[in-house]
Amino acid sequence: MSATILALPDQSTARIPKMNYLSKENGLLSWLLTGDHKRIAILYLISITFFFFIGGSLAGLIRLELLTPQSDLMAADTYNKVFSMHGLIMVFFFLVPSVPATIGNFFIPMMVGAKDLALPKINLLSWYLYILAGGLMLYTMCTGGVDTGWTFTTPLSTHYLNTNVAGAALAVFVAGFSSIFTGLNFVVTIHKMRCPGMTWFRLPLFVWSHYAASILMVLGTPVLAITLVLVILERIAHIGVFDPAYGGDPLLFQHLFWFYSHPAVYIMILPGFGVISEVVSTFSRKRVFGYTAVAFSSVAIAVFGFFVWAHHMFIMGISNYAALVFSLLTMLVAVPSAIKIFNWAFTLYKGSVTFETPMLYAIGFMGLFTIGGMTGVFLGSTGTDIHLTETYFVVAHFHFVMVGGMLMAFLSGIHFWWPKMTGRMYPEKISQFAAVVTYIGFNLTFFPQFILGMLGMPRRYASYPPEFQVLNVFSTAGATVLGVGYLLPVLYLTWSLKYGQIAGNNPWQATGLEWQVQSPPLSENFPEIPIMDHEAYDYEWLDRQQAKEVASV
Amino acid sequence: MSDSTAIDNNVAAATHLEHPPYQRHHFETIAQQFDATNFAMWLFLLTEIMFFGGLFTAYLIMRNWYYPAFVEGSHYLSIVWGTTNTGVLITSSFTMAMGVWCAETRRKSGLILCLVLTFVLGIVFLCIKGIEWHGEWVEHHVPGLNYSVQNFVNPASNPEVYAEYHDKPLGADMAVRTEEYFFLYFAMTGMHALHMIVGISILVFMIFRARAGAYTNGHVTFVENFGLYWHFVDIIWIFLFPLLYLISRHG
Repeated sequence: MSATILALPDQSTARIPKMNYLSKENGLLSWLLTGDHKRIAILYLISITFFFFIGGSLAGLIRLELLTPQSDLMAADTYNKVFSMHGLIMVFFFLVPSVPATIGNFFIPMMVGAKDLALPKINLLSWYLYILAGGLMLYTMCTGGVDTGWTFTTPLSTHYLNTNVAGAALAVFVAGFSSIFTGLNFVVTIHKMRCPGMTWFRLPLFVWSHYAASILMVLGTPVLAITLVLVILERIAHIGVFDPAYGGDPLLFQHLFWFYSHPAVYIMILPGFGVISEVVSTFSRKRVFGYTAVAFSSVAIAVFGFFVWAHHMFIMGISNYAALVFSLLTMLVAVPSAIKIFNWAFTLYKGSVTFETPMLYAIGFMGLFTIGGMTGVFLGSTGTDIHLTETYFVVAHFHFVMVGGMLMAFLSGIHFWWPKMTGRMYPEKISQFAAVVTYIGFNLTFFPQFILGMLGMPRRYASYPPEFQVLNVFSTAGATVLGVGYLLPVLYLTWSLKYGQIAGNNPWQATGLEWQVQSPPLSENFPEIPIMDHEAYDYEWLDRQQAKEVASV
Repeated sequence: MSDSTAIDNNVAAATHLEHPPYQRHHFETIAQQFDATNFAMWLFLLTEIMFFGGLFTAYLIMRNWYYPAFVEGSHYLSIVWGTTNTGVLITSSFTMAMGVWCAETRRKSGLILCLVLTFVLGIVFLCIKGIEWHGEWVEHHVPGLNYSVQNFVNPASNPEVYAEYHDKPLGADMAVRTEEYFFLYFAMTGMHALHMIVGISILVFMIFRARAGAYTNGHVTFVENFGLYWHFVDIIWIFLFPLLYLISRHG
């Protein structure tokens, strides 16, 4: 563990460059009216962190309630509201924008060699839409909340509940447009803004995975939007297409909702794959094994992802033939996902692996995502699904993918690019400690839930039979550890803004275009538009480049 | 893209001071700017297709389920107004296309004329739509607010429509499904009208800008992209019209 690739400039002489995107203009207005993708990324980073901790506190309340078998901390309907708000906030206000709107926003233009995203004003608009949606959601929460679960299941949401469903649906509708605009911006940027020499197969895999995720955002989110419009209309006009009492079809709602919401899980995880590709390559000093396969597997996940939605509906009365086909298609998604995992593993093989914090998170990701993905195959097979659906097995499965996978990837990426974003290093030892704490806390929280699910504990209840208590206590204890693991980065990253070591241009000796410029970068990213004259992850090119610099000095 | 852009770059670098004023700082060439914004508009229209796609899916499924109700419901829509409106909208697409041509060939007065005509035709469309909606209100065909199945359990209650189609009375369970038809009718035409209103508002903005000399200075991106949007809204109507008014009307 002592080996490191970290190469920092001499701290006694190093300075943060005077001209950079942070110092260019001052004052609140210069931030609120900015068109700079890097500043918008920072705005997003602050906002999603805020929502993450709101969603996280709600998760804490859930785990506290489940410490005992009786529903004693809160009433059953309060519990319903708490887990619904937890789901809504975490899915739409943290996971969907997490990596794309922060790291993606910051680095995609730099990785393709452009000065900005293609549509800077639309980019700012998407942040304002996010804030508007977030405000609406908080308003909904403060005025009684919503207890439909994050899925707005009809006719529960349209007929039976008196909570503020319309407010929550409107918030998600607006957040959806924020996500559409982000995706649209990325697709246009990746198509039209690449610098000379930057062919498709020289793009970093981070860009490829964001491309795939953006396609999903652009094609999927509008369907969610119209579905929510219909839900709102149905509540207001009491006429509708989803509520059987009014002649509607609740299954139609499920089809339309999951047509977005299944691809949405790939919107959440694909950008994470991108982060892992960058990190694994950088900390193994090797080109990602099977670059083309990894690139295409992102696209394949996006394509297959659109044809698996009905696996959320195996017990809802779709035909057996449909279930059979969707089951098969679901297992097909496992293939490109496995290609990625195997290729990362082969990248490690005979690489010069070092274990800085981003790599620790990345390795955590690979393990946890593999477990999450494999249990997805269990749920994709119709037989086991009937036993496991609506139990804690499902909860554990998607938390392994979303929290163990995506959140690990997010933290990995934040640590990896932190020196580039701020010009300063995070403290290494304590962050390694935080990574390990997160890993332990995560497993302690969610692994018992697999067992609980197998034993038949249903999700979404405030109380449970006493024989499940031991495992629930483990889970709650784990959540506490996990909470510490998430709080630590906020503290030491904030600390590092002032006291961190000066990072220099390229502390990780990484090959991406973003690492070849100063940290933090100039407002226009590059002094002049770069020309890409080598493949992605070409470490020999980097060595030659550095040799040249030394020679010229 | 690599080589050609590399050359473009050099040209751009050499002629840096000759950038047109409307070129945004982060684009290398004006061609790239045009390309990117145009592509973005097409992508946006793709999201709009997906948005309306949800509605169309719901309509087709409901139509299959409650076929008799949907057929008899459609008898209460006015073919005359519907056809007129289709004509109005197609004409407005023509004037919009002419507007784009005027902008490209730098004809300022022609552009203003075309935009004003498009604006007027858009308003005419909305007025006709309003007349139709008013008719539905009078007939008690507005779901949720003012709805009665009278016309469908007893078709003779509306002699005019009865004389033309000789509708058979629907059973009570099917008659209530006509409300489903009208709900989707209002949702779809309403969503379409909302897009028209957005388009018309942008048209007003463009007319003022055009009078100030914008769009005829070689920078036509905005007019072009708006044209795409306007044609798209037109095409949505081209699908709505047969689905809601025409198919199986005599079935």
